[in-house]
Amino acid sequence: MEVIPLLKQLSEANGIAGYEEPVRELLRQTWQPFVDEMREGRLGSLIALKKGTGADGSAARQVPRPKLMLAAHMDEIGLMVTGVEKGFLRVARVGGTDRRVLLGLEVVVHGRRDLPGIVATRPPHVLPEEERNEVVPWDKLFVDVGLPAEEVEQLVAVGDLISIRREMVELKNRRVAGKAMDDRACVAAVTLALDQLAGVRHAWDVFAVATVQEESGLKGAITAAYGVAPDLAVALDVTFGKHPGVSEVDAFPLGEGPAIGVGPNFHPALVARLKEVAEIHEIPVHIEPIPGHSGTDAWAIQVSREGVPTGLISVPIRYMHQPVETLAAQDVERVGRLLAAFIAGLEADFLDRLAWDTTVEGE
Amino acid sequence: MILKALLLKALSEAVGVSGDEGSVRAVVIEAVREHVDELKVDALGNVLVFKRGTDEPSASPESGGQRLRVMLDAHMDEIGLMVVGHDSDGFLRVRAVGGIDPRLLPGTLLQVGPERIPGVIGVKPIHLLEEGEGQKVPQLKDLVVDIGAASKDEASKLAPLGTYAAFATQFREIGPTVSGKAFDDRAGCAVLVELLKGDRFGFDLHAAFTVQEEVGLRGARVAAYAIAPDCAFALEGTIADDIPKDKDASPTTALGKGPAITVMDRSFIADRRLVRLLTDTARELKIPYQFKQPGIGGTDAGALHLARQGVPSVTVAVPCRYIHSPVALLSMDDFENTVQLMRQALSRITWRTLRRN
Amino acid sequence: MRELIRKLVGTHGPSGVEDQIRAVIRAEVEPLADELRVDPLGSLVVRKRGGGGGQRILLDAHMDEIGVMVTYVDEKGFVRFTRIGGVNPLNCVGGRVAFADGTVGVIAVEEKREDTKKVPRFEQLYIDVGATSGDDCPVGVGDAAVFVRPFLAQGTRLISKAMDDRIGCAVLVETLRRLEHTPHDVYFVFSVQEETTLSGARTSTYGIEPDLAIAVDVTGTGDTPECRPMAVKLGQGPAVKVQDRGMIAHPLVRDLLVRRAKEANVPYQLEVLEYGTTNAAAMQLVRAGVPSGCLSIPCRYIHTPSEMVDEEDVEHSVQLLLEVLQAA
Repeated sequence: MEVIPLLKQLSEANGIAGYEEPVRELLRQTWQPFVDEMREGRLGSLIALKKGTGADGSAARQVPRPKLMLAAHMDEIGLMVTGVEKGFLRVARVGGTDRRVLLGLEVVVHGRRDLPGIVATRPPHVLPEEERNEVVPWDKLFVDVGLPAEEVEQLVAVGDLISIRREMVELKNRRVAGKAMDDRACVAAVTLALDQLAGVRHAWDVFAVATVQEESGLKGAITAAYGVAPDLAVALDVTFGKHPGVSEVDAFPLGEGPAIGVGPNFHPALVARLKEVAEIHEIPVHIEPIPGHSGTDAWAIQVSREGVPTGLISVPIRYMHQPVETLAAQDVERVGRLLAAFIAGLEADFLDRLAWDTTVEGE
Repeated sequence: MILKALLLKALSEAVGVSGDEGSVRAVVIEAVREHVDELKVDALGNVLVFKRGTDEPSASPESGGQRLRVMLDAHMDEIGLMVVGHDSDGFLRVRAVGGIDPRLLPGTLLQVGPERIPGVIGVKPIHLLEEGEGQKVPQLKDLVVDIGAASKDEASKLAPLGTYAAFATQFREIGPTVSGKAFDDRAGCAVLVELLKGDRFGFDLHAAFTVQEEVGLRGARVAAYAIAPDCAFALEGTIADDIPKDKDASPTTALGKGPAITVMDRSFIADRRLVRLLTDTARELKIPYQFKQPGIGGTDAGALHLARQGVPSVTVAVPCRYIHSPVALLSMDDFENTVQLMRQALSRITWRTLRRN
Repeated sequence: MRELIRKLVGTHGPSGVEDQIRAVIRAEVEPLADELRVDPLGSLVVRKRGGGGGQRILLDAHMDEIGVMVTYVDEKGFVRFTRIGGVNPLNCVGGRVAFADGTVGVIAVEEKREDTKKVPRFEQLYIDVGATSGDDCPVGVGDAAVFVRPFLAQGTRLISKAMDDRIGCAVLVETLRRLEHTPHDVYFVFSVQEETTLSGARTSTYGIEPDLAIAVDVTGTGDTPECRPMAVKLGQGPAVKVQDRGMIAHPLVRDLLVRRAKEANVPYQLEVLEYGTTNAAAMQLVRAGVPSGCLSIPCRYIHTPSEMVDEEDVEHSVQLLLEVLQAA
């Protein structure tokens, strides 16, 4: 499977937080050949199962097999119509849309039919001095679909969604830029892993979950984790890529491999295993120290039901939450390989290794 | 030093920043293992213990033929720092784990990593400050930890990315008070250990020494889900701000006035029936008690009360001055009274306590 | 419905101390319930078993209201307080509050503040219950009070404190009263602690495991002078929530409400709220998830002592809920 065409497909698909149907359908078709079962969670997450062989190596159904959950979110940020004024649309954000990048952006308004639009605002020539240097506040942003007011009122209603229109571009060095790489890049990585695992025997049941509404509060992860009730989980998300203005401490170089999270959100034994697999398979990785909330699905999954040992693998991207999210295709491939190798090598009794030390010093 | 202060000393000096509670876990397990019927460590590292009750399972309609299940909770983790980078000169860059007040960091002593490497945080000397610079509080992102390393390489080897650092404070006895680090919540852990060491209660006692309270009540959430208790008590060390102020205002809690009961904080509202149980018990047995100033802080009860169908909960705490700093102070009388109040109130709890009128 | 509303809004019930309002609502609903229980945190759960073949539907309205809690009684008997739920100091000064036992206090502000042009902080406010010293003050730390403002009807406008969310409770009670036949298994939940932590709805939903959930709560309007832009207007019908700060309504629930409104010719509006949230945000995350939405009653001046709704919106809300429940 080629990673760049896959990234293009996923990046350009629509799937605003809360309304992920188009990208879910795309994924359903894409994952179909690689998994045994698929279902939809109650909030719309796509939950796919690739069955393992269990401890005895056979596909015996009686033996309960341990469950691994992979989570990558398929929702993206966007806008929503909050009012129609003289043919112009007032908007609010869905998820953490960064308003600094909205001016002059081309969008698609999903009204009665899809309408091309532009994010409009008043020209600097007519603005008072102070306003010219300020980021436009939400109540001064409008979307213009270029139609007469009466027609707009027929076609567009409060609550209609607006997605960003952006085709993926290929930059040098197999880097690509587009919208929604957060987190479609990781959905792509999971897809690559599933492809690599086709025909490979693995002991654990693998639940690949494309979660919904991560951008508005990890909601898909919270509910899907409860539904799947995994014994182990690895979340896949994006992290900050190095570029001017972003502190060294917070960012990772592009093209030098994914980052593995360490900190309270992650089980140390699982982290150790991921590092080990990376080393054996010569996949370069970085360590990402996260002292608290990881800002990813891992945060929600770890505290599901009685607790789930969780890990996080991140792809560095530049310009997060902007329609030019840039990453290195090699990093996505590496995550795919890391996941496949991790899953293939996961022994049926791996959970025993996760037990916390209860011996007392001196014993 | 008396036995109780020894236990508190061992707990206070153990190092266990959120996510790295192993050393505290070891002290706790050692202290309670002979006093409980079952002990296990769950997926997040919580220590869950069970002490069977002596009551005949009740025949009352509320109980469904079961013994009452009471959960007691105290968290093992403390606030600290995590290494997130290394300077070319060998300094460590750090981020906070839990809520750290940056005003307290200049001049602090730390213990870094599993080897407890000593480290210090210092700032630009006063002699070299520019106009106005002395008024500003240095932010954590501008501070570095010095372990004496001479190069970036040496620093990365001694304290790799993700290494935890905690305050380095020795426990001391100062007459009726004791000082040390992490009384939030090693004081609560000590109270819980004392309760487990005592006689059985009528009800089934489930105790959780939890992890990661300081980063979001994480351990308590999964522990309460697993235990599914009928009611829960969180045991804490809490703010005592009874130092002189300009205005006649609340001290939040005061040293010497007894255990502090939470009616409401930012994480939950206490169940009034449990509050009444505590205050009725205290008044009857003349145990001093106080109400913590409502609306301040949050505790594990914030997570406990949300488990499954809901769990009536309350928090009881030992007042501690400077609880947010490397050195806190508490009164052993308050500690004793907290254990006493809890023991007596728990011995009075029945299904009737949870009845609604 | 006016008398029911008057009774509900006037009853004392700040978050965490809902005993009185629960008793009042219980008296209204008990004769109509197939099953009734009070769950561990205090929410009142009423079940109406349906004819069969339908879904398990949860309707929620919160019983608790915003208020204040005593944090300290000073030597002279003046009372310091903190907020219960979303209270703005701007709406406190000169107001009156009432405690559970009926004691009334006046909220005043310190005269010596550094900047009298700024909105005072809670630390600069206090309550005067007329005591002469700390010892003879009838209230103590932990006591909770609610704002005092009598119910008033003027034309079709109804004005009172605690329309949020006693008006939702009234809608649920009235819906229960008028419900004749339904294929669905319906749970009417009068939940606690919404204003502080959404705790009641979250835990009640866990116990019920519904197929879908609808919160009935108030929402703001965009039809007052110099207000923030918002599509909802008073008197134009109940609002079907699309999203707010805490949640995106499940399209299933949102479309169901819109469809029934259209079929029955009940006026409705679509709502996007840019600040604030409701119990639906908590209900949707319970267990493996619950498709949730919200039917909102337009209300001006939310979280002030004079919240204003329109009687016709209230009536239409009941009608819409009945349409939803009575159809398959």
